[in-house]
Amino acid sequence: MDKSMNVREVIKDNFNNKRHRGLEKFIPKIFLLAASLSVVTTVGIVCTLLFDAFKFFSRVPLREIFSTKLAPLSANPSFGILPLINATMITSLIAMCVAIPIGLTAALYLSEFASDGLRRILKPIMELLAGIPTIVYGFFAYSFVTPILMKLIPGLEAKNALSPGIVMGIMIIPMVASLSEDAMNSVPNAMREGAFALGSTKLEVAFKVVIPAAFSGIMASFVLGISRAVGETMIVAIASGSSKIFTFDITRSMQTMTAYIVEFTSGDAGSGTLGYYSLYAVGLILFVFTLLMNLLAQYITRKYREEY
Amino acid sequence: MISQNTNKDEAKRIIYSVNNLNLWYGKDQALKNLNFTIEENDVTAIIGPSGCGKSTFIKTLNRMIEIIPNVKTSGEIIYNDRNIFDSAFGVEELRTRVGMVFQKPNPFPKSIFENVVYGPKIHGIRNKKKLMEIAEVSLRNSALWDEVKDRLNSNAYGLSGGQQQRLCIARALAMEPEVLLMDEPTSALDPIATAKIEELIMELKKDYTIVIVTHSMQQAARISDKTAFFLMGELIELDKTKTIFTTPRDKRTEDYITGRFG
Amino acid sequence: MSYDVMQQNKDKHFLNTEALKRRMKLRIILDKVAKGIFILSTLFSLLILGVLIYRVWNQSVGWLNLRFLKSNLSIFPEKAGIHGPILGTLWLMAIVAPVTVILGVATAIYLEEYATKGKFQSFIKTNISNLAGVPSVIFGLLGLTVFGRLLKLGSSILAGGLTMSLLVLPIVIVASQEALKAVPGFLKDASYALGATKWTTIKTVILPTALPGIMTGSILALSRAIGETAPLVVLGIPTLILRIPDGIMSDFTALPIQIYYWTLDAVLRPEYANLAAATIIVLLFMLFIMNSIAILIRNKYQKRY
Repeated sequence: MDKSMNVREVIKDNFNNKRHRGLEKFIPKIFLLAASLSVVTTVGIVCTLLFDAFKFFSRVPLREIFSTKLAPLSANPSFGILPLINATMITSLIAMCVAIPIGLTAALYLSEFASDGLRRILKPIMELLAGIPTIVYGFFAYSFVTPILMKLIPGLEAKNALSPGIVMGIMIIPMVASLSEDAMNSVPNAMREGAFALGSTKLEVAFKVVIPAAFSGIMASFVLGISRAVGETMIVAIASGSSKIFTFDITRSMQTMTAYIVEFTSGDAGSGTLGYYSLYAVGLILFVFTLLMNLLAQYITRKYREEY
Repeated sequence: MISQNTNKDEAKRIIYSVNNLNLWYGKDQALKNLNFTIEENDVTAIIGPSGCGKSTFIKTLNRMIEIIPNVKTSGEIIYNDRNIFDSAFGVEELRTRVGMVFQKPNPFPKSIFENVVYGPKIHGIRNKKKLMEIAEVSLRNSALWDEVKDRLNSNAYGLSGGQQQRLCIARALAMEPEVLLMDEPTSALDPIATAKIEELIMELKKDYTIVIVTHSMQQAARISDKTAFFLMGELIELDKTKTIFTTPRDKRTEDYITGRFG
Repeated sequence: MSYDVMQQNKDKHFLNTEALKRRMKLRIILDKVAKGIFILSTLFSLLILGVLIYRVWNQSVGWLNLRFLKSNLSIFPEKAGIHGPILGTLWLMAIVAPVTVILGVATAIYLEEYATKGKFQSFIKTNISNLAGVPSVIFGLLGLTVFGRLLKLGSSILAGGLTMSLLVLPIVIVASQEALKAVPGFLKDASYALGATKWTTIKTVILPTALPGIMTGSILALSRAIGETAPLVVLGIPTLILRIPDGIMSDFTALPIQIYYWTLDAVLRPEYANLAAATIIVLLFMLFIMNSIAILIRNKYQKRY
């Protein structure tokens, strides 16, 4: 047998090469540096928000903050935050009223009723819907959904909470559907087969076996959906307008927290004014709220992973 | 080859000498106080029931076992007068001298040529002509050259399972190792491919020291010079293959070989 | 068994066969009705997608032409074009792509290959998934404060690009992690057994094998970045930029920003809505191309081993 390659002699020096060993130790440190950037980003967000929000909270009395009067640009400005929180909650509520029933039933169809081939076609199309930029949904809400609603509901304002709420719901459907479907898919087939063997219909299996078993995963998808709705900006900024009133009337224009931030920065709130600092206060509330929602969703999913 | 087997009493050079080797996965002890020698140009087969530590042991010989987290060892493995656990003995250098072939053929998703010259390339050989030479010699030595010489640049996953395994052998040979460790190299192959690999092993033992883990006693009997029987992390018996299969000293070896358990 | 005996035993049955049959029919009907409703739910999304595209396309017809793509912004609808915003979006991509791929892949390599499983690793992972859930408008505030004011980058392409990079970085990290995780252990074993070091193995085996997955994830992240509007609005991109951007420090506007302002201004002149629709078609077309490339890569390199 031929054995004349002399590989050993050629590579002999390779192992005594100090530069190599140094590189091997140096490289993980670079990667660690990159990985810590995500932590730095979080710290950066928290610091910027806290720093300027603090200036706001230290100058505006709490009683004013928790009032319903928001008039940042008037001669005698008032910074009541309740109208913003109210609008955010109302639009998110409308969105979830659309997203939860449709998203959940679509997930049930994809997971329990649709054939494999059909699922393979339908799921990517749904994901396409999730890939459309929110600004496009905003345009759609304002120039298509609102005019239709105005014909149906007399007295609906051109900017209102209903239309962006519905469209936001449509935007969130793929998210709820896909996350719920994942949860349903991870329910072991043996559990379904047990129920089918007793003569259950697919519907009964879906409601009595699959949904209970996938319950926490489904709940997590709802929580993430709410978090998404609360943080959504462009749809409400375009279609809900900028009126700063405190109302529960969904046919009227109202401003959410996110829309307030967008309106103010693109306007002319100079640095150092109270109005400018109020952006960060609103941002801080928004951040804390979505963070809590995300942590809640993670907590729920972690719990459900341990079930089987 | 046959002439070597007849020179039974000639003292061969010791390649590996394992002294009091213990190994733990976390708290579970997988290898217990092993003492073992492996001699030059021998084919040493390791047999034993599943979970007896044979795979763990062969992976300890080139320290591949350390990829698994929480593995602890004690004792020493002397390879050519140096303890492989010695920090001065780089694990990378050890692995270039001790090649390994795995249970499932595991070529890289690259061309056949790139697979063979992977080792030499990462260890600093850049010369195209040299690499081509290495590829040819290694593929010839693994009896694959004639089958692949016209498609060296096509993807290795286009080969059959048996060809893939011989490619993996060629890839190990390209480093000109002294020892070849084979961890059940034919367990994923059909009988014809298995026969080819066994034939190749008989050919390779002229130039290499081979340690092979196998779950097939017939295979051990066919190709090995020495056979070691492992049971529950212990070495029960190590002897000439002929002796193990005809007159084993230990009752447990006999029980295993005659199929009374396992 | 005789009929008499059966009659006798009937009382002892726990299930009433007649009632069971009647209920069975009802249950099957219910099952069918529910299935119909579920199908409608699923089709609803598709219907909306269809209506949305049809509607926008209809509004853009007559406005979307070569002149519109080539000429610059103007307050006169019939003269306005989106040459500047297209370039702005391309410039943005030129910053986001390299920054996120380099940082994202490096982070993923650290988390999957180097970090020891423990508190620090899970802390970083939790942190990344939380960052992915932070509303984009908050990233806008971060960009405004840090890049815009602190580093004095203003509302330049660089400031916008870096802000967008931070926004989509979690997507690239998670996609890269998935791709790295999918590299089978037996390939790594093969490399280590030939005496390769960790970094050599990552460089020559793990990264090339994971590359298609990384690229797919990165393209999807990039398409998210070019569709995002809120962070750029917060950063203070001016309404009307007439200068064509010529470098990373110049002011710019991008496609989504232009859609936003034209939609808002449609109250003043309805033609602006047509301009917005035409711009949406251009944006969706770009996203479609990018998604197609991502899908092509995924299909071409699926399951090679």
